[in-house]
Amino acid sequence: MNRALRLLRRRLVSSIPVLLIVIVGSFFLLELAPGDAADAYLLSIGGGDPALVQALRQSYGLEGSTLSRLWLYLTSLVRLDLGWSVIFNRPISGLILERLPNTLWLMGSAVALSFTVGSALGIVAGSKPGSWRDRMLSTGSLALYAVPSFWLGLVLIVIFSVQLRWFPTAGIETIASGRQGLARARDIAWHLALPVAALGLIYLALFLRMMRTGMAEAWRQDYALAARARGLGHRRIAVFHIARNALLPLVTMLGLQAASMLGGSVVIESVFAIPGFGRLAQEAVAGRDAPLLTGIILVSAVLVILVNLAVDMAYALLDPRVGANEVTA
Amino acid sequence: MNTISLSRRTLIRGSALLLVSTALPPVAFGQSGSRLIVAADSEPRNLNPAIVASNGVFFIASKVIEPLAEASFDGEGGLAPRLAIAWEGSDDGLSATFRLREGVKWHDGQPFTSADVAFSALQVWKPLQNLGRLVFANLEAVDTPDDHTAVFRFAKPTPFQLIRNALPVVSSVVAKHIFEGEADIAASEANNRLVGTGPFRFAEHRPGEYYRLERNPDYWGEGEPKLDEIIFRVLPDRAAAAGALEAGEIQLAAFSQVPLTDLDRISKVPGIEVYSKGYEALTYQLGVEINHRRAELANVKVRQAIAHAIDRDFVVRTIFLGYAETATGIVPKNAPEFYNGDVRAYPFDVDKANALLDEAGYPRKDGGTRFRLRLLPAPYFTETRQFGDYLRQALAAVGIDATVVNNDAAAHQKAVYTDHEFDLAVAPTVFRGDPAISTTILVRSGTPAGVPFSNQGGYENADIDALIDKAGETVDTTARTELYKQLQVLVAQDLPIINVADWGFITVASSQVKNVSNNPRWAVSNWADTELES
Repeated sequence: MNRALRLLRRRLVSSIPVLLIVIVGSFFLLELAPGDAADAYLLSIGGGDPALVQALRQSYGLEGSTLSRLWLYLTSLVRLDLGWSVIFNRPISGLILERLPNTLWLMGSAVALSFTVGSALGIVAGSKPGSWRDRMLSTGSLALYAVPSFWLGLVLIVIFSVQLRWFPTAGIETIASGRQGLARARDIAWHLALPVAALGLIYLALFLRMMRTGMAEAWRQDYALAARARGLGHRRIAVFHIARNALLPLVTMLGLQAASMLGGSVVIESVFAIPGFGRLAQEAVAGRDAPLLTGIILVSAVLVILVNLAVDMAYALLDPRVGANEVTA
Repeated sequence: MNTISLSRRTLIRGSALLLVSTALPPVAFGQSGSRLIVAADSEPRNLNPAIVASNGVFFIASKVIEPLAEASFDGEGGLAPRLAIAWEGSDDGLSATFRLREGVKWHDGQPFTSADVAFSALQVWKPLQNLGRLVFANLEAVDTPDDHTAVFRFAKPTPFQLIRNALPVVSSVVAKHIFEGEADIAASEANNRLVGTGPFRFAEHRPGEYYRLERNPDYWGEGEPKLDEIIFRVLPDRAAAAGALEAGEIQLAAFSQVPLTDLDRISKVPGIEVYSKGYEALTYQLGVEINHRRAELANVKVRQAIAHAIDRDFVVRTIFLGYAETATGIVPKNAPEFYNGDVRAYPFDVDKANALLDEAGYPRKDGGTRFRLRLLPAPYFTETRQFGDYLRQALAAVGIDATVVNNDAAAHQKAVYTDHEFDLAVAPTVFRGDPAISTTILVRSGTPAGVPFSNQGGYENADIDALIDKAGETVDTTARTELYKQLQVLVAQDLPIINVADWGFITVASSQVKNVSNNPRWAVSNWADTELES
């Protein structure tokens, strides 16, 4: 336990410079992007006169130098103030707190779907590499992995919403339905089914392939041979010996995929009109809302760090060899 | 040591549970009888049409806040009365009198009076509104001799023709009692919690999800509104909007939110109607902006060659799928008051374009290329981007090698209108009922850098500038109209900008929705007579 705590502390301390780099890096990247919030706004309203342009720039605080704005941002961040969104005219922390839960539901469900079903199917494929089931699943997953998520989302909408009318085409819940409690939860789950499938199926393919490859290799290991020599059944070896060992890299992958899924949610949230974190990021980029985007990137970085920390902790618990060197080093 | 015990059974159970959870029984789409659900592709950050006169704002806000008059197919002078019932300009152009509707109440129960009009004009339209700043630049005072008369007084003669044509766009009236005393009206929270006199009250905005408007039972229009509720559902993805319409989750998508490429298919779906009417007073224009600082493009023969190199019919047929008209100049055909078709024409003629370029002194070099340039298509519409690709090929056919530079909106604004880092740009400009509102700025010199949809190509023509200035102070309607007709001749001759096509948008709606597209600004009008047949 002590070991895990020391690992946790060490990781938390090392994440501080990471966050700082993320903040400063994203701030300067945004500075490099051509056009600012006033440019984006002027276009959205169809133009205006020179005095309006000047007034906008002033009211958005775009007149100072980059460094002075960065300093202002960092000092307010120390006070845990994420700043004010130019495009929404609201405090950023409130906006993020409002949108984040939708994305966490979407991502969490997609991770759960892809990890459980992906590894389960991977076990089916990997328990007999080369069998027809393996070939079918491998080919299918490769095809699925090659599909862009926005396209998959649209195809799912056409089949399950437009043709079969089983699921709604968009949104996080039924509009102005007044549902509460369990009924609302059911409504949200019903709305999330297609976006979760669109986001999760692609990662499902990834987990399936990793599991399958890991198992295919493990069959050649000595311990597999030993298990067979002990007269254990094929299925028993596959599930309890081979799959268990092949599962470890998947756990690492889970952490890595969290960041990529956050990126994928930008697209999926747009296709399914889910008011989430990803769409907020898209709106921030289009509107050149630098403080909002920096806030979003910062919170995303914290999320990814936390997920990876959880994965590391889980890994350390699953495999005692992991982290031992790091802690004693 | 902790171990995980993962059995196949556990895995199958887990997976099955997860699958079952995603296949919950379908819940009925709860929709009341006269709730109209409409697709919206954006959420304006300031929803007050008195401050932001843009189609995105009007689309939602025009149902809540009304103008003095609205565009009309059959009304006198193309206008239908709203909060004003009569209007007249003085002969000297120094005043305009509006007779206001009586018995109108704000949504909070307060009476609507001329004081609200005076406050809106002097405190909001003139100092704050993106278009009103120009139209009301010389507005000095608004007299209110009684509660239902407002007399606008101008410091310099202001053509009443302009005021009248601009009414639907610039005259959204806000309540004085709501905004009075606000230190900064533009930043007021009331701009996003609208109180108006319109047929619908602003009920709710769930960011990222929807706007909900509900019936105003005290509306002045007899028997109106017909709908109980309008919901503007935020659907940023266009393909998803088409799906939602087909699935019956929304009943209407305006502003071509269903992409043109989907129209052929969707028009065959039973119960869905496609309307191409209803956008006549908000015509968009596809134009090629030219940076006249480039020596080659400063040569009028080169500009004329480019105009001849563009096959306008092909553009209308292939890019707009027929839902557009070829353009002859800076005023579209569906502005008959001002349109002048008797101007120099540039029929598609590659040989002539080549000859003009040779004459201009830019012969084809070894590889067949005369010169290279940068082409920046505006990113806001699929059609502007597609036209960018077409134009590159059309230019290649006459030996001009164009590199297409694609930017997002903010970057495009900076590159073209602020930094002038372009040679040709594709712009979707808008004709807003009168050339003085947003058209002459495209060719008049002297606009400082940073102003979008203005002459940022460095074009200067003393004759054109003089004509525009004269029209700006000509009070007589016939004389003023004639000046704008002359302007079209000069522009077509010298081509400071090349107009290619004029297009309106498409509305796709369930056939249950009645009275769709029945005025020239339908999508951005009040929808008081819109009905939903059960």
